[in-house]
Amino acid sequence: MDKFKNLTAVAASLPEINIDTDKIIPKQYLKTIERTGLGKGLFSELRYNDDGTENKNFVLNKPQYKNAKILVAGDNFGCGSSREHAPWALLDYGIKVVISTSFADIFYNNCFKNGMLPIILDEKEVSMLMEETERGSNATLTVDLENQEITRSDGDKINFKIDKFLKHCLLNGLDDIALTLEKNKDIESYEQDLRNQRPWL
Amino acid sequence: MSKSRTIYDKIWDDHLINTNEDGTSLIYIDRHLVHEVTSPQAFEGLRMTNRKVRCPDKTLAVVDHNVPTTDRKNGIADEESRIQVEALSKNCKEFGVEYFNELDIRQGIVHVVGPEQGFTLPGTTICCGDSHTSTHGAFGALAHGIGTSEVEHILATQTLIQRKAKNLKVNVGGTAPDGVTAKDIILSIIGEIGAGGGTGSVIEYSGKAISDLTMEGRMTVCNMSIEGGARAGLIGPDEKTFAYIKDRPRAPKGDDFIKAVTYWDSLNSDRDAFFDREVYLDAASLPPVVTWGTSPEDVVSINGEVPDPDVITDENRKESKKSALEYMDLKPGTKIKDIKLDVIFIGSCTNGRIEDLREVAKVVEGQHVNENLNAIIVPGSGLVKEQAISEGLDKIFMAAGFEWREPGCSMCLAMNPDKLTPGQRCASTSNRNFEGRQGFRGRTHLVSPAMAAAAAIAGRFVDIREFAK
Repeated sequence: MDKFKNLTAVAASLPEINIDTDKIIPKQYLKTIERTGLGKGLFSELRYNDDGTENKNFVLNKPQYKNAKILVAGDNFGCGSSREHAPWALLDYGIKVVISTSFADIFYNNCFKNGMLPIILDEKEVSMLMEETERGSNATLTVDLENQEITRSDGDKINFKIDKFLKHCLLNGLDDIALTLEKNKDIESYEQDLRNQRPWL
Repeated sequence: MSKSRTIYDKIWDDHLINTNEDGTSLIYIDRHLVHEVTSPQAFEGLRMTNRKVRCPDKTLAVVDHNVPTTDRKNGIADEESRIQVEALSKNCKEFGVEYFNELDIRQGIVHVVGPEQGFTLPGTTICCGDSHTSTHGAFGALAHGIGTSEVEHILATQTLIQRKAKNLKVNVGGTAPDGVTAKDIILSIIGEIGAGGGTGSVIEYSGKAISDLTMEGRMTVCNMSIEGGARAGLIGPDEKTFAYIKDRPRAPKGDDFIKAVTYWDSLNSDRDAFFDREVYLDAASLPPVVTWGTSPEDVVSINGEVPDPDVITDENRKESKKSALEYMDLKPGTKIKDIKLDVIFIGSCTNGRIEDLREVAKVVEGQHVNENLNAIIVPGSGLVKEQAISEGLDKIFMAAGFEWREPGCSMCLAMNPDKLTPGQRCASTSNRNFEGRQGFRGRTHLVSPAMAAAAAIAGRFVDIREFAK
């Protein structure tokens, strides 16, 4: 997994609440057997017109947000399906940080497996950042994971909380499976107990 | 004496391998269900790192999302779907995992198959790369959806790194009136707590209206926990649970079964167990419901109207609901009963079981599907289909003008050829009314099987309580 330390980039906002994973990456893109190449399908039903051309009104198609790598989104972002294709699509497109008041549990978890950082802030802070994104290509935010702070374009800082373990894995690009396999002895001894206590399993 | 615990606490404790200083825990996963859409990248990951599937006997794979529901003896026409299905078949062979292919009578939607095979057992931890894994919570199992990276993690280690969730109790008291089903109960709960209301929690459903439900009904309730934001929802096991499991192919037999029941019985939440939050609903006051918007929280009584978003104070919420109405092509104040339909879909892991089909048959027997719409019934598994045929339900459906299909996920998420065309409006027994879910620009209203059946006959929504009279 790629490390995530910090990022300075343009932020775009999607204020709608309950943006679901079907909206992030519609099902026709789930037929792939790869992890990459999903960026083309990101928000496809919003991003493209019926004839396949770009919908000029969709935020990520506006010239000032073309290079956005940060999304500021409405409440309960990523709800719905468990498809990891949602973070894969965001990442493949170039979005590495999503900021919202809340995320669906599975989506939130999936982000960390892919070197992406979802940040939870309170309502006031999120709406402040949404206002800030209206400055277009001047809406540059700096996200610093080590210090758990977001620096706004005027230099003001917002602190954010994050689970210590998730932060550690992200900063160091750690592979979960390798970490778990270090505990193989514990797993084996659990399995031994299990055979005695619940032999029907 | 240990302190009082909820069923979630107990299952958690019994699966804990260890807890780190930072509060993350390694928990053991007893059962892993696998399907074709969220697993190819996980198997590829194993290959790239030279890892094996740690416990093939605790893993069961079935194909469901991509399969056509028409005759499939000649294979799958869509190339991408075919490649994905073939990849699962090949991966299962290579890694020694049992696999039900599209021609196997036991094939079906993964969440119908697990319980049917007795693979789903109380007190177990169950995972699948699918958010509706919460279904298995109906048996008093801790079951939740995971992403593909976690699928790979379980395949390789049979464990998951987790942080314990909160306990949310949803108590549904009273007796549900005739015509008010498990689907109406869970939609009403989601309407009450909101699509993000259960985030960070495991829900325990309890109360008379929940114990009154059959196992099929309980699965419907737990299935939609995720639509209320909860990764898992569960119901304490009881005699109905044990009776359902007994003699299933993978269920414990003989002495093992007796031992297992003693253990399962001990799992129910202690009387004074602590819940972080409790919600109460009175089933006696619930009507049959219909969703009007593009989130499962957009719930209204069959006798109600499309609500007016202008009364919402929060700007983002107001705009989101307005855009939902625009997408659904509905105006505030429209009576739900005046909404006409183009398609009826009966099936899915929410409502594709034998009991659901019996409910539908009761409503449509001797009647005919409205001439303005198409209605399809997709059984949840080959065994559900076989059972329905043995009861003569297929004849009732076909005589009434329904299409009677092969099992799979079908139009719940429209990854196979079954989909709405732009602008079509569907009454669906599935679980999500998201934009484009059932087909690009398709419009979905979530309802119970009985309500969908009545709507199929009437061509618009009707109150099943009046229809039955």
